[in-house]
Amino acid sequence: MIILIIITVISLLLSFIFDRNKTMSGIKKGILLFLKVLPTLLSVIIIISLVLFLTPDDLLMNYLGYKAGISAYIFAAFIGSISLMPGFIAYPLAGILVKNGVSYPVIAVFITTLMMVGVLTIPLERKYFGLKVTLVRNALNFIGALIVGGWIGVFWSLL
Amino acid sequence: MKKMIDKYLFSIITIVLFLVFVCYSYLSDFKSGIYITKHNFVPLFLEMLAFLPLMFLLIGLFDVWVPKEKVMKYIGKDAGIKGLVLIFLLATLQAGPLYAAFPVAHLLWKKGAGIRNIFIYLGFFSSLKIPMLTFEIGFLGLKFSILRTLLSIPVFVLIAIIMEKFLITKGYEINEG
Repeated sequence: MIILIIITVISLLLSFIFDRNKTMSGIKKGILLFLKVLPTLLSVIIIISLVLFLTPDDLLMNYLGYKAGISAYIFAAFIGSISLMPGFIAYPLAGILVKNGVSYPVIAVFITTLMMVGVLTIPLERKYFGLKVTLVRNALNFIGALIVGGWIGVFWSLL
Repeated sequence: MKKMIDKYLFSIITIVLFLVFVCYSYLSDFKSGIYITKHNFVPLFLEMLAFLPLMFLLIGLFDVWVPKEKVMKYIGKDAGIKGLVLIFLLATLQAGPLYAAFPVAHLLWKKGAGIRNIFIYLGFFSSLKIPMLTFEIGFLGLKFSILRTLLSIPVFVLIAIIMEKFLITKGYEINEG
């Protein structure tokens, strides 16, 4: 976050020193683009808030714990795909899940799908890439996350 | 104006309904409603407000300063390994959720970046961001973080290559956004 602020401020300053007019039209362009996606973003966030509420934590444990076996991977992938939370919530949550007995490979699947697959943000993504590309990208990353999780499972016990 | 309303109809209805829901929850002390607002909506909303305006400012500046020919040269189709390094730097030094990267990826695409590099960018952005890695190491440990990072890179590159093949055979053209 701090890095982003620093980079933005430095870029703005440099840009301003070199060319005032260009900078102003750049800022205008940025704000316009932001306002264009704002309504979609807001509605996505609202839907996410409701979905998060409807999936309580202890329900997660039953399906993600050691007892669930292979299906824990699949379940983690689905949960990761349909949920969307900021990193500063996701990582502490992952930490809690590990402490409660969820294995690291399952966590890896959860984290990777959480970051790469966004079912809830499909309306936003298709605005940029079109529906077909969006669906293919999400499907490939869903499979990719399972592969990453599987490999971590293989390597975890070796290291 | 009518076109605008049509375009955002779903979003506007969602937002209005949610506003009514929040007001109702607070006025009638509806616990679940207050919980959803306080613990789910507000943190997500704050994250969005923290990252996105800055990212869009950078996008705007990038758009006016970086001409299409330059992008094509450095991260275009035939840019090779140097382009990959640039993509890596561009992706890992940023922060924020994946949906914040879509507009950036789209802009790079419009400026002539290679398809493969665009999807490598999305992959790297999603899981190799340095600010996020510090969080990951803190909560899940260095071993997990290193393993996941190293195993993710080849998978993301492979996905990008598949996307490129898929899009080229389809003769894909970008959306105006």
